[in-house]
Amino acid sequence: MIEYRIERRSGVSTYQQIVQQTKQALRLGLLQPGDKLPTAREVVELTAINPNTVLKAYRELEREGLVEPRPGLGTFVRRSLARPEAAADQPLRAGLVGWVDEARAAGLEREDIAALMASVLEQRFDTGVTPAAAPNEDKGRNG
Amino acid sequence: MNHPTDSQPAHSGPALEAVGLGLQYQGGWALRNCEFQVPLGRVCGVMGPNGSGKSTLLALGARLLAPTEGELRVLGEAGDTPELRSRVGFVAQDKPLYPTFTVAETLRLGRELNPHWDQEFAQRIVDQGELSGKTRIGSLSGGQRTRVALALALGKRPELLLLDEPMADLDPLARHQLMGTLMAEAAEHGTTIVLSSHILAELEGVIDHLLLVRSGRIVLAGDPDEILDTHLLLTGGGDLSQLADHTVLESRSTGRRTTALVRTGTPVTEGWESDRPSLENLLLGYLRSPALDTTTPSTHSKAAA
Repeated sequence: MIEYRIERRSGVSTYQQIVQQTKQALRLGLLQPGDKLPTAREVVELTAINPNTVLKAYRELEREGLVEPRPGLGTFVRRSLARPEAAADQPLRAGLVGWVDEARAAGLEREDIAALMASVLEQRFDTGVTPAAAPNEDKGRNG
Repeated sequence: MNHPTDSQPAHSGPALEAVGLGLQYQGGWALRNCEFQVPLGRVCGVMGPNGSGKSTLLALGARLLAPTEGELRVLGEAGDTPELRSRVGFVAQDKPLYPTFTVAETLRLGRELNPHWDQEFAQRIVDQGELSGKTRIGSLSGGQRTRVALALALGKRPELLLLDEPMADLDPLARHQLMGTLMAEAAEHGTTIVLSSHILAELEGVIDHLLLVRSGRIVLAGDPDEILDTHLLLTGGGDLSQLADHTVLESRSTGRRTTALVRTGTPVTEGWESDRPSLENLLLGYLRSPALDTTTPSTHSKAAA
């Protein structure tokens, strides 16, 4: 069962820490569909955080379709976030490795690359651009 | 509503409700014009400097003091009845226990006096601290006495727990352990917990409701996240007069830069960099804000502490 580690001074809200740690466990396959999350009581007894915070985090995970409450039984994982496409031996990762090498060769530092990546992610995800709506706009670097 | 509640009675209003609440000592007001509600099932932090009126507020809730004006309804009740007292647990700042009693005798007292006494639960809290039942209260350390006082209050299985500076004497491990026990109690039974402290670090992440007391007045009340959503910390080279549309609680200038804490419903963009304040920024801002300086005579609030 997952055990949450709460960092009080991290600047990330407590409920977000629970959401993120749960998702991380789902991505890494540490939590699988059917697994039970700890009860709010169990979480707060160990972490000394507010129970409503745990419930808020679980509601958020439920809204995203990742977990479901079963009355009287607890909260259970519905689906995994482990993505086979992101595994070490898959082309997506190899493509990214190639691109990072290219960026380093061009003289970018680690921070530059992280900033560039964050900026592109923001542009592609936060402005409502979907892959279908803008299929080839970014192909320039390949040609 | 967020907690499973198996043994809660019909009362569904706020756990605490103050209407025009004031308490006067000879020559001064410890609390004045207090209006607030603490909803059921919340963990409420009563914060404020020493002598601001926190202890007075909790003692009014425990019916150890009666208001001079207005009222403080507790679980819907305006008066003081044995029935109400059996539903409210209170731990005073000085943790009053009988020094000649042993730990076991103290728990026995709790069992004899309280109809809903949960011996197993009280015993578990004492055992967690590795206290022997044969030890006399008078020979316990401050932190151990706090543990017994909390066991006595929690063993009552109250609907409302009022704790005055409960964590002050505890080492970090015991504090974490007992706070975990309190949170588990809130999660399992929907117990409303109201606890005072002047140390934010003790309460951050623990409380989902806040009462900030300054010189006998409630200057902030509500869900801390919601309160933070309506405040901005502004930094810039601009002029404060640009912020006329907002309530400036506090501002300070160093060289060409000005920092201001404002209460606002609308974003401020031009010439100012704006951040969401931390809870600490917010509390300090409210405690220092000249705009809120009501200069209530508070010389006697110490007497209530």
